[in-house]
Amino acid sequence: MNLFPLTAHELLDLIKSKAATPQNIFQSLSERTASVEGQVKAFARTRDEKTVLAEIDPAANVPLPITIKDNICIKGEETTCASKILKGFRPPYSATVIEKLRQKGCVVQAQANMDEFAFGSSTENSAYGPTRNPWGLDRVPGGSSGGSAAAVAADEAIWALGSDTGGSIRQPASFCGIVGLKPTYGRVSRYGLIAFASSLDQIGPLTKDVTDCALLMNLIAGHDERDSTSADVPVPDYTKALIKDVKGMKIGIPKEYFIEGMDPEVKQAVDAAVEVLRKAGAVFTEVSLPHTEYAVATYYILATAEASSNLARFDGVQYGLRAQPEKTRKTPLIDLYEETRDKGFGWEAKRRIMLGTYALSSGYYDAYYLRGLKVRTLIKNDFDSVFKEFDAVITPTSPSTAFKIGEKAADPLSMYLSDIYTISANLAGIPAISIPCGFSKEKLPIGLQILGKPFAEETLLRIAYTYEQNTGWHKERTSL
Amino acid sequence: MKEFETVIGLEVHLQFKTETKIFCGCANRFGDEPNTLTCPVCLGLPGSLPVLNRKVLRYAIRVALALNAQINPVVKFDRKNYYYPDLPKGYQISQYDLPIAHDGSIVVSTAGQEKKIGIKRAHLEEDAGKLIHDGANNCSLVDYNRTGTPLMEIVSEPDLRTPQEAYDYLTALKLTLQYLDVSDCDMEKGSLRCDANVSVRQKGAKEFGVKAEIKNLNSFKAVKSALEFEENRHRAMILAGEKIVQETRLWNDEKAATFPMRSKEEAHDYRYFPEPDLVPFSLAPNAVEEVRRDMPEMPHAKLERLLKRYSLVEYDAHILIQDPHIADFFERCAESYKDWKKICNWIIGPVQQEMNSRKCGIGELKLPPQNLIGLIEKVEQGVVSNLVGKDVLIMMLDTGKDAQTIIAEKGLAQVSDTGALEKIVEAILNENQKVVAQIKEGKDSAMGFLVGQAMKKTQGKANPKLLGDIIKRRITDG
Amino acid sequence: MLSKEEVRYIASLSRIDLKDQEIEVFQKTLTAILDYIEKLKKLDVSGIAPTSHVLPLQDVFREDRTRPSLTKVEALRIAPAQAKGSFKVPQVIE
Repeated sequence: MNLFPLTAHELLDLIKSKAATPQNIFQSLSERTASVEGQVKAFARTRDEKTVLAEIDPAANVPLPITIKDNICIKGEETTCASKILKGFRPPYSATVIEKLRQKGCVVQAQANMDEFAFGSSTENSAYGPTRNPWGLDRVPGGSSGGSAAAVAADEAIWALGSDTGGSIRQPASFCGIVGLKPTYGRVSRYGLIAFASSLDQIGPLTKDVTDCALLMNLIAGHDERDSTSADVPVPDYTKALIKDVKGMKIGIPKEYFIEGMDPEVKQAVDAAVEVLRKAGAVFTEVSLPHTEYAVATYYILATAEASSNLARFDGVQYGLRAQPEKTRKTPLIDLYEETRDKGFGWEAKRRIMLGTYALSSGYYDAYYLRGLKVRTLIKNDFDSVFKEFDAVITPTSPSTAFKIGEKAADPLSMYLSDIYTISANLAGIPAISIPCGFSKEKLPIGLQILGKPFAEETLLRIAYTYEQNTGWHKERTSL
Repeated sequence: MKEFETVIGLEVHLQFKTETKIFCGCANRFGDEPNTLTCPVCLGLPGSLPVLNRKVLRYAIRVALALNAQINPVVKFDRKNYYYPDLPKGYQISQYDLPIAHDGSIVVSTAGQEKKIGIKRAHLEEDAGKLIHDGANNCSLVDYNRTGTPLMEIVSEPDLRTPQEAYDYLTALKLTLQYLDVSDCDMEKGSLRCDANVSVRQKGAKEFGVKAEIKNLNSFKAVKSALEFEENRHRAMILAGEKIVQETRLWNDEKAATFPMRSKEEAHDYRYFPEPDLVPFSLAPNAVEEVRRDMPEMPHAKLERLLKRYSLVEYDAHILIQDPHIADFFERCAESYKDWKKICNWIIGPVQQEMNSRKCGIGELKLPPQNLIGLIEKVEQGVVSNLVGKDVLIMMLDTGKDAQTIIAEKGLAQVSDTGALEKIVEAILNENQKVVAQIKEGKDSAMGFLVGQAMKKTQGKANPKLLGDIIKRRITDG
Repeated sequence: MLSKEEVRYIASLSRIDLKDQEIEVFQKTLTAILDYIEKLKKLDVSGIAPTSHVLPLQDVFREDRTRPSLTKVEALRIAPAQAKGSFKVPQVIE
């Protein structure tokens, strides 16, 4: 029996019944990686097999390998955010999520490719080159956690961690036909996550099914005193939310999400998904989130402003790349800064840093950044009022299926607009999950997004689980 | 001749003496080996996050209360973005539009009067690292130990009119801060730093002149000298009809002059925005009240109390309150000895002299209050003379022993045994019969010589008063 | 439309050395994005409070207790250049 296509909960059962060992599992994944990674290119780097095998503690609770997005710090392991500017950077500490995973026995198997500093929706903006979608190798896997999503979809990883600032877990999950959850802001510690936009970033799971998503949430959620924005809210056992029943649940369908630009195949799949849940007892009503059309603009002000500041530390002084200017243009120090940052950052990183710098600069702060913060309030209020009456909101995750590599590379705005359905959840700080809900004619996965109230991850898992158990899209595998 | 007016505002940076840094658990200490007090947070490593030290906020409220300032009910932190090698994150966590406090004041004694100087604002921020210029190797070296030291910036209103006033303001501010026990206030170690803004205008003018910002001021004296220099420079330029440019200048102590900064300053655009990694903090009245309850007595109140309670003269009390620890020491002594004036004289005299020569505070002297009292008692009882008492004090401080022990060990007690003294006097009189004859003829001044001779014989241990009496009696009688 | 000078100024504030043809590319794409963002101006935001934090968290502290620091070796291991136990940079002129 091949172990690599299995889910974490299936593998844990096999370990329990002694039908498999953690070592077997890791070896199976390694073999799978050896055979498909050349085509998918999901990983920024894989860890040495001997090291991983030595780290496995078969007696641990969850002795399974995991793939980590390359923006989560692992002590002593190169961590680069897929950027040249962090080449060779080995953090002297580990992120809180890494410590939590290790406490339960998880072993880091590989670090996943991503858009540089999580700037992108396609995993094309990487110092390591693009990752390919396992469902169609000429397609993008989505982004920015495209490496994490592709690794799971291609069965190179059982599960993975990604980060989501504007859809970076959900959109690649949708493009790759897997489950991706962006938890409530503050639910998972950000300590050790290399920041893109601090007020929007969250780490979350990318898994093969909803059960694994709940399992992984159990491992990573919780308060962390090292993160001031971490919520001191009790963590439930998320697997208890895996109930195949949505009778009487009230779900809203925001009319603003079903407008021009949406791929008809996506609309069809989402409509069908709504039917499945309706039959299972959920009550659907059309609702309004009136400020939806302002979300992308708001996001690209706030996220880039924060990013411009968060990325100021990459200047060649303390770590990472340092350029050696040949001649003095301004001063030796400024030349070092400017050339390091010119050589170290890719196009999209430069674009976002400049956009954010502009939005914060003297004379523009009120018109851009402050206005953005105010519109953020309006967007959050939209959700607050809908959630007064509804348990959840359902939308597509992305207006389209995976697009072709290179298709949007020259037009950043069109790339930004592909995040239109996912961005609002980050602005409002609410949890949102993407689950597979069908395929296009070209056999490209389509994702269904469910959004909930702050800290209502259980509600999302329950609806997602009910849908999954009534359908079975998650069982489809790629032809790799 | 035009009449000029100088306008000065001071920015004081105060390092708090907390155990740990403002946003991480690294020790907040001066003088360690470079780069041994750092962690991912204060090194600004990617992924690290700040968490505010509770004590820093408490200290900040203390300062705000002592400066009679308005405390904002909710404060937040902001990022001040700029690039410099001593600033690891490329931004400094500071406070922009919601500082801890604003609109305060401090009363300053200056030119024989009391003047109220406004405090514009006081806010918290993190200190930067230390940049050491290594000219020989054509590079600079960065030590991040200081990075993240809690700092409070106290900005005065442009209320100061003379360099001396600025000096007096700093003196008063430092005294207040020392009383709060939140900082070492040591300019040499950089725990208190000062930048000055200065401009000159014609008296009566409404507009301020073009200002210069003066940095690299390493002592209060340097502040005063630099301001005097700038005042003269500005006046001369105005008189010569030259245009003053707004600039940052560095004070050079050796050359006793300011010079424009060599690096070309770019237009600053700090792009302040709310620090997303820190949440807001409430300084609600009850939280502030809690800090107020723990507030130590402030200098002015202490002065009033010392004057009233111990009937000290104003001059003495003023000296005592210059150091809260000394004032405390005085009060502890005063609990067990009632001649308060004597205690005060000993403290502001010999004890302070020893503090100065030993370059230490009263706390580091080996002198518990009961030891000083013990010494004063010995002097008052005539066991030792005042002069010997001062030597005893030095030995007490050297050894930590009390006065009684020292006097006994060194055999310093005055000889007051009249029998023994009679014998000595007799010998002296025999040896100096010429002098005795002179005294008998009325040359009283020669008495001193005889007393001196007798003292010499007793190695200074004789009670001089007693000795004088015996000599006088023997000569008159004999 | 952002001018080339504006792009150059933003790049300099961002400490990025851009070549002339890069300036042109960013001039176009940044302008397109800023034009799109203009749509926010349609909204009346008067009286709306800004949201910097989505969670209503307040007063998150740590106690004033020391935690172990990195060793000097750990701190300096990441440095691109070091000398005398310190991070080394080009000479900074004051």
